[in-house]
Amino acid sequence: MQEASPAQVHAPPTSFLRKHVFSLDHKVIGLQYYGLALAAVTLGMVLSWLMRFHLVWPTVAVPGLSLISKVGAPGGIITPEYYLSLLTMHGTLMVFFVLTNAPFAAFGNFFLPIQIGAEDMAFPRFNMMSFWTTLAAFLVLITAFFIPDGPPISGWTAYAPLSAIGSDAGPGLGWGQTLWAISIALFCAGSLLGALNFISTTLDLRAKGMTLMRMPICTWAWFITSCIALLAFAVLLPACLLLILDRTAGTSFFIPSGLVVSDRLQPHAGGSPLLWQHLFWFFGHPEVYIAILPSMGIVSHVLMASMRKPLLSAKVIIYSMLSIGFLSWMVWGHHMFVSGMNPFSSLVFSFPTLTITIPATIMTLIWLGSLYGANIRMTSASLFSLGFISMFVSGGVSGFFLAQPSIDIYLHATYFVVGHFHMVMGVASIFGVFAGTYFWFGKMTGRMLNETLGKVHFWITFIGTYCIFMPFHYLGLVGNIRRYSTFVDDFMGPLMPLHKFITIAALITGAGQLIFLFNLFHSRFWGKPAPQNPWDGTSLEWSIPSPPPWNNFGDVHPVVYHDSYQYGVKGSKGDYVMQDSPEQVVGG
Amino acid sequence: MSSTTYTPVAIPVAQQARTRVNVVARSAADGASRSGVWVAIFAITMSFAAFTSALFVREGGSVDWTHLVLPPILYANTLVLLLGSVTLWMASRAVNAHALLDSHAVKTVMGWLIATLALGLLFIAGQYEAWSQLAAQGLFLSTNPNSSFFYVFTGMHILHLLGGIAALVYLVGQLVGSHTTFRRAAFHNTAIYWHFMGVLWLYLLFVLRTKL
Repeated sequence: MQEASPAQVHAPPTSFLRKHVFSLDHKVIGLQYYGLALAAVTLGMVLSWLMRFHLVWPTVAVPGLSLISKVGAPGGIITPEYYLSLLTMHGTLMVFFVLTNAPFAAFGNFFLPIQIGAEDMAFPRFNMMSFWTTLAAFLVLITAFFIPDGPPISGWTAYAPLSAIGSDAGPGLGWGQTLWAISIALFCAGSLLGALNFISTTLDLRAKGMTLMRMPICTWAWFITSCIALLAFAVLLPACLLLILDRTAGTSFFIPSGLVVSDRLQPHAGGSPLLWQHLFWFFGHPEVYIAILPSMGIVSHVLMASMRKPLLSAKVIIYSMLSIGFLSWMVWGHHMFVSGMNPFSSLVFSFPTLTITIPATIMTLIWLGSLYGANIRMTSASLFSLGFISMFVSGGVSGFFLAQPSIDIYLHATYFVVGHFHMVMGVASIFGVFAGTYFWFGKMTGRMLNETLGKVHFWITFIGTYCIFMPFHYLGLVGNIRRYSTFVDDFMGPLMPLHKFITIAALITGAGQLIFLFNLFHSRFWGKPAPQNPWDGTSLEWSIPSPPPWNNFGDVHPVVYHDSYQYGVKGSKGDYVMQDSPEQVVGG
Repeated sequence: MSSTTYTPVAIPVAQQARTRVNVVARSAADGASRSGVWVAIFAITMSFAAFTSALFVREGGSVDWTHLVLPPILYANTLVLLLGSVTLWMASRAVNAHALLDSHAVKTVMGWLIATLALGLLFIAGQYEAWSQLAAQGLFLSTNPNSSFFYVFTGMHILHLLGGIAALVYLVGQLVGSHTTFRRAAFHNTAIYWHFMGVLWLYLLFVLRTKL
């Protein structure tokens, strides 16, 4: 009997389907994830446009909208319920299919194996399944737009019991909510497969000489993120299954006794609505770090290449990310200060939440301190990296307020919270994705993005997002409640000019993203051919052609001699030494 | 810093596959699949921890928590599953005893694997019987929280066990085909997963016994 080793190294793809569709190649899968995130972010942004438009001009019809939903937007005017559908879909698309897919799954898939010197992920077939499961999740979610019931109205957090009892609870909470739950369960399964791959690959497939501490910071970030994702999605998946059972099989996990909704006594008893919140936020808070950690890694990676010197301490950045990952498990209750849980628990959750600001501040200080005296190369990638730091600080500071129960009780469910998480989790993370895109596009496609367009894109986006989300904080302080579809006849009427300003800023900033899309598509085909190492980087992705061959390193196995921060030294190529260059490093 | 001199020499394609399998891929990829199993076990543990905490919260706040008499066949099923772990352990011994599997060793290993597979299927049949007995008492998935958790726990366990069954079928298939190859790593990883399924079931039985 012949004995063999696993076919971890797969043969070169030959057919079109294997090359571009059902590909086992981590690079193609990374690009597929990027494409999916791009589709999701475009749709999610259009939804936010519709919401902002309706908030400010509630009586003006949106042309064509009634074609998508006759009930939700009769004559093109969005109903209050449809507004909630839009915000549910916006949140779900953005958090799951953009903020998880783009910085983590897309870039991680493409670059993690290359940066550790591997030919592919540990389980290429699982990797392929991971993407196709995620795509299926996306399609299931989008289907909710086209069913008579419409998309769910329960927000991306799908709070029980209204999310659990079915169509009595409102439009979209029949089949729409069921599709949502199935979609998220599928998404969890896909993410678990992905995380499994990331962890095994990082642990076992590193090239000779690539010790853990020699891995680039972004590799570390993806590794830590995959550990968080493994635990977080392993909890959300059971939660979704229980929700599906409540909705379809008549169980009562989340539905309490004596619940009367729409004048109907619900045929359930004894369940706990808070149980859903606990399970959901046990996933939900780590999810925030799943979104932001990869961007922290990407930004550190980009900044070093731009500053031409190492960060003050790469090690401390890695330890800070580890401690953020660890603390992320102890803070889920800070989303539930007003849920009726024991006030003493609020204290217990408040303390670690405030503690998270310590590693976050350390990282920020390292980034800023490293900038001191740096002769920074102002590329689009480095601009977006600096923008990330700015957004992270501006959005993070409001976290100090919200982490304290006494202040949160006032600010809860206002625009203050919306402003906070959009800046620190949404925009900051997306800035990391933009930085990564401008930095790595050449490596991913073989063509460089246009730098001038990139800088225009940066300034519109940077100023625009501040114009949109800073006023959210003021609105929240005044008491402007979130999730309302109109404010015209309310005590919030005087705030309308500010809302108008935000909407106009959102429309302009959104339009600014068309520059990015144009740049992406134009450069993909007609951009300048990318050299092997356009930014004088040190990590392994710059030691192979752009785009890399199917097995990354051709027929050689890279050997690593240094960590990835050898900038500002005297090397044979200039002020840096590549990780796989055996030359001695002479201090610069 | 490594003292190895690194010379990137192109390896001819014919040699390539052999070099990779024998020198590099063997240890690294086998290691990766080993880590993969442990990572999966970690994730599955986390999922069942979530189910368990759901049970505790659901029990704590409810007035409709009743008592459920577990069908006695569950204990017989437990024995069957544990026996399956023993037969798989016997298969492991046979694999470990031979540096290269000859036709006699293949027969021994295959025998123990088929025994494990049969016991696994018998366990599933026994669990189905337990469900039928509960259903005969009028206890269905949605009857009360206790029965809900019973079906969810046992159902999810079987769902995960099916992964182990698939892996066993794959291993037996490898041994049957004359031109196929035997992967030691796949065998050992299947064994780890299968034993974990036994441990998981013991834990679930303990929770069901004490809480339901």
